[in-house]
Amino acid sequence: MSIASDSIKRAGPERTTVWDRFSIRTKRVIWAWTFLALPILFYGGIRFYPTFQAFWLSLTDWDLMRPAKFVGLANYQAMLADPVFWKVFQNTFAYLIIGTPLSLVISFAIAYYLDRVRFMHGFIRALYFLPFLTTAAAMGWVWRWFYQPVPIGVLNGFLSVFGLPQQTFLRSPDTALTSILMPAIWAGLGFQVIIFIAGLRAIPSTFYEAARIDGLGEWAIFRKITLPLLKPTTIFLVVFSSIGFLRIFDQVYNMTTNDPGGPLNSTKPLVLMIYQTAFSSYKMGYAAAQTVVLFTILLVVSLMQLWVLRKR
Amino acid sequence: MSTMDVELPANRMRIRPGQIITWTLLLLGGLIMVTPLLYMFATSLKTSGQIYDLKLIPAAPTLDNYISVLSDGRFLRWFVNSTLIASIVTVSNVFFDSMVGYTLAKFEFRGRYFIFLAILSTLMIPTEMLVIPWYLMSSQLHWLDTYWGIMFPGMMTAFGTFLMKQFFETVPDDFLEAARVDGMNEFTIWWKIAMPLVTPAISALAIFTFLGNWTAFFWPLIVTTSRELYTLPVGLSGFSVEQSIQWEKIMTGAALATIPTLIVFLVLQRFIVRGVMLAGLKG
Repeated sequence: MSIASDSIKRAGPERTTVWDRFSIRTKRVIWAWTFLALPILFYGGIRFYPTFQAFWLSLTDWDLMRPAKFVGLANYQAMLADPVFWKVFQNTFAYLIIGTPLSLVISFAIAYYLDRVRFMHGFIRALYFLPFLTTAAAMGWVWRWFYQPVPIGVLNGFLSVFGLPQQTFLRSPDTALTSILMPAIWAGLGFQVIIFIAGLRAIPSTFYEAARIDGLGEWAIFRKITLPLLKPTTIFLVVFSSIGFLRIFDQVYNMTTNDPGGPLNSTKPLVLMIYQTAFSSYKMGYAAAQTVVLFTILLVVSLMQLWVLRKR
Repeated sequence: MSTMDVELPANRMRIRPGQIITWTLLLLGGLIMVTPLLYMFATSLKTSGQIYDLKLIPAAPTLDNYISVLSDGRFLRWFVNSTLIASIVTVSNVFFDSMVGYTLAKFEFRGRYFIFLAILSTLMIPTEMLVIPWYLMSSQLHWLDTYWGIMFPGMMTAFGTFLMKQFFETVPDDFLEAARVDGMNEFTIWWKIAMPLVTPAISALAIFTFLGNWTAFFWPLIVTTSRELYTLPVGLSGFSVEQSIQWEKIMTGAALATIPTLIVFLVLQRFIVRGVMLAGLKG
């Protein structure tokens, strides 16, 4: 067939172009590289080159005005000696260490039970999922309003109705971080619930039937079948949400607009520190060094995932 | 569902009290989840005198806040900016991510695996690391404070490419070979034959890209300085500075930023949920 159509083509016009002389295989290779040309430029110029540039900039002193000056590891030394950096480092991991387990346990519990519910399943699922579709800039305002002292704030309003003590929420260094974390968990919960439900449904029902025939109880089935077979889903969500909490920015910035990361740096995560170092203080080299630290942390978390997956 | 499968049909109809409690708790939890959204909408319908009222349903609902926020003009501008930017970036991603995914799935050439790994490895690079070089690049090329400046970093994504590659691999080669025999060129084969076969993946990619760019905050905050170019999240973030703090106006702005995604969700609910599941399982 292809020979026939080729010979018809060749018989038509007398002159053969360079293109016609290529074999079918060569033509396909040329097509492939044509398809890839623009993307290669994009990934090279907008992903790879900037990555190397960030590493290079982290070794320079640069304020956008004067040319960048090579300073070796001075930025890293300054960072290690900076008490604000250590506070920020601690905050970033506080978001991770509280946020990831809490959100996963809650979303798993919801998914586990919601998966068995038939009546109004779609509606209830939608209720959990809706916050995921919101933007942090808008919800930052809603939560700030909720957290206000009486008579404005809704939460303190309800506390006073029930005669409970008022909470400081965003105004105290002790409670601010948790107060920002809750909306962050709230916004991501629906996504995790849906992924968990998908994972639960991917477990073949024959496994459950066999276990039931063998006389296993509910708890044993949960521990011996559901949890182990759900491991890939769980690992995916652990990594996905860990990376999300390590990179937290939108919620913090939008809930502490007047004093980003405050009060007293108690809520400031690494990305917010990077933002301020680069775009408020214009210490580009120092900010680049901080991004390298963030990159390293994220890389370690991702590699740990690969390691856990391989052990399976 | 699994428990139901093995039980006898007679038992299937019986509802245990435990199930009713579970259902009620799940519903209550769901209602708590949407409470912030309900309060946001309720307050946007209240007058400034009523906002201290904890009642969810306003005594005399009014659309005055919406009229005043929208007639301001600025807000409308941000809304248009966000819609425009998210749409263009989505079209670009659907086009390029599919094209690259298709090439990597269906063409054989030296260097294919290397290109695939190179693109995949960019998933490891956090955006935060790239913004400083991007900022420098934008200032040199005069992209700061332009639409293109906001859009260029997201025109293609490794995630989208990977997703599309996975799906194109399921397309049988026979279909493409038949088209080739018919004398179609490779571009037409991809666009006319292969693309329609992966519409679920395309819709998932489109929804994610649009939502991601609609809510994007970090880079637009950095690259824009003039108010006319703000996207909705960036504009909303600085809303109070000018409005002093008028909570009912701010809630109206927040509601206006939320309504489009809620409408899209209600219309496309099935696609979105399936898309999230697909992306989660493939990714």
